[in-house]
Amino acid sequence: MRNKRQSAEKLMQRIFFSIAGASIAILFLIMVFLFMEGLPIFGVVSVGDFLFGHYWYPTSDPPDFGIFPLIIASVSVTALSSVFAIPLGVMTAIYLAELASKRVAEIVKPTVELLAALPSVVIGFFGMVVVAPFLQDVFDIPTGLNLFNSALMLAFMSIPTICSLSEDAIYSVSPGLKEGSLALGATRWETILRVILPASISGISTAVILGMSRAIGETMVVLMVAGGAGMIPESIFSPVRPLPASIAAEMAEAPFRGDHYYALFAIGIVLFVFTLLFNLVADFIAHKYRQVGEASL
Amino acid sequence: MDITKDQYSEEHQSAGKPVKPKNISVIQKAVEARHRRRKLVEQVLFTTFRGAAVINGLALFIIIFFMLKNGLSAITWEFLSDVPRESMTKGGILPCIVGTALLGLGAIVIALPIGVASAIYLNEYAKPGLILRTIRLGINNLAGVPSVVFGLFGLAFFVTYLKMGVSLVSGCLTLAALSLPVIIGSTEEALKAVPDTYREASLGLGATKWQTIYRVVLPASLPGILTGAILGLSRAAGETAPIMFTAAVFFTPDLPGSIFDEIMALPYHIYVLATAGTNIEATRHLQYGTALVLIALVLGMNMAAIVWRSRIRKKLK
Repeated sequence: MRNKRQSAEKLMQRIFFSIAGASIAILFLIMVFLFMEGLPIFGVVSVGDFLFGHYWYPTSDPPDFGIFPLIIASVSVTALSSVFAIPLGVMTAIYLAELASKRVAEIVKPTVELLAALPSVVIGFFGMVVVAPFLQDVFDIPTGLNLFNSALMLAFMSIPTICSLSEDAIYSVSPGLKEGSLALGATRWETILRVILPASISGISTAVILGMSRAIGETMVVLMVAGGAGMIPESIFSPVRPLPASIAAEMAEAPFRGDHYYALFAIGIVLFVFTLLFNLVADFIAHKYRQVGEASL
Repeated sequence: MDITKDQYSEEHQSAGKPVKPKNISVIQKAVEARHRRRKLVEQVLFTTFRGAAVINGLALFIIIFFMLKNGLSAITWEFLSDVPRESMTKGGILPCIVGTALLGLGAIVIALPIGVASAIYLNEYAKPGLILRTIRLGINNLAGVPSVVFGLFGLAFFVTYLKMGVSLVSGCLTLAALSLPVIIGSTEEALKAVPDTYREASLGLGATKWQTIYRVVLPASLPGILTGAILGLSRAAGETAPIMFTAAVFFTPDLPGSIFDEIMALPYHIYVLATAGTNIEATRHLQYGTALVLIALVLGMNMAAIVWRSRIRKKLK
């Protein structure tokens, strides 16, 4: 009887363990299939020419498979969007964690969550039909579908990530630190700047990195709003074509298992590696500089 | 400022001796001025922070406002219950609604058992160490994979390698992989909220670990798990990029008859109408209408989950 129960226990534990491995298995499968369908392109063009080639004309004859303009587009869109998203996200987090009364926080927090829940295609659509004409009028530019617009839309997609993770980090600063600072006569702002932010900086950095990782991988917004020109941008109002947009826009036309198809999967590999790096760095920071209460100051 | 400091130290050195009243008032004024300045800085900054929070709310409000203003007129019974007609410039979006509902439900039916079991392992069985760290790293990285890469994966694995074709089932499986981290995260939160005393009482009565999980922990955390399921469902329903290559097509006249049929879906329909339709300007109100339906679906589910969750949290306190 006892033995039977125990072996049943062991069995259950094994089952749960193997199911918990599913996420890793999926991640592994994603890698395997990306490489399987993407690597053949490097028989046509070298890795260096692929990454740093300046011309992306996959359908001309002979085709050019240089994704440098697309990488620059992705990086610049993400960088510009974090210029909006980081201050807004972190400031909202500080407001929610330190300033807002409980009742206000109970309204603001769900608002941020709902912002996160808005489907990306809706935000892209909004950028296309409302923001683009507006920008065109205000700045007197040839097209409102450009780097600036897509960065703005992306910012509102990464703010919720940055905000909620930063808020968690700020919350977990031990109240003793805060009270100590206030008791020494510091104002609330001085306490936030000199005590709370330094103590939660690792959590906030993680939040920022994950927010940027979300922005660089976001597809529908840049597909609909960025303008789609595969050139290195000259100004923040240039139309651009970031990596995810290229994949989404061209996959339908690419002949199955042709060079173009392989090239699009190879872009997928680049994108995957980008986000993987972001996530590993975030994980590294979170573990290396783990908040350990008073000891971290 | 320096003068103030000097005067301070003078005052301290001359403790016990009578201090000239004039001196005190100078010090007091300087201190008060400094205090006012610090308070002013604080107020300016705090107003900025409040402004940042307001901007977020404003963004959500403006988006919903524009969708309502331009889309409400498109919403009729015919729009919701008819198939698209005349190359999608007239008629309704019923196949899209059905397609999105099936995709979301299918994804959650696949992802929920796997996600809950993973969370049970992580929260109830796993001991801190390398294995746990690796699994968590895997989940975090899976959560960070761009949605379009999920689409590529679905195309290469489900559609091509497993020969499922562009179909409902390929889309469901791809979306299930995408929503798995969401479900694991929220289930773990729900399991953590169950007090340890529940587990200890059950184990103390002689129940095994599995019996404790099955009879005590899971029932107690069920509402939280279901909230997570709703959030995962809404995430899956709103995604576009993963279904572009795996499940959705521009147009099919019929509702799906089997899981191997191609389908239409709301997000993809919005994208197609807004960028590649035969007459983009003429179908603008249909685009707004479709976006409105999608927002109502997704935000409705989210709001229900948020309200439900806050009620659970209050109850647990």
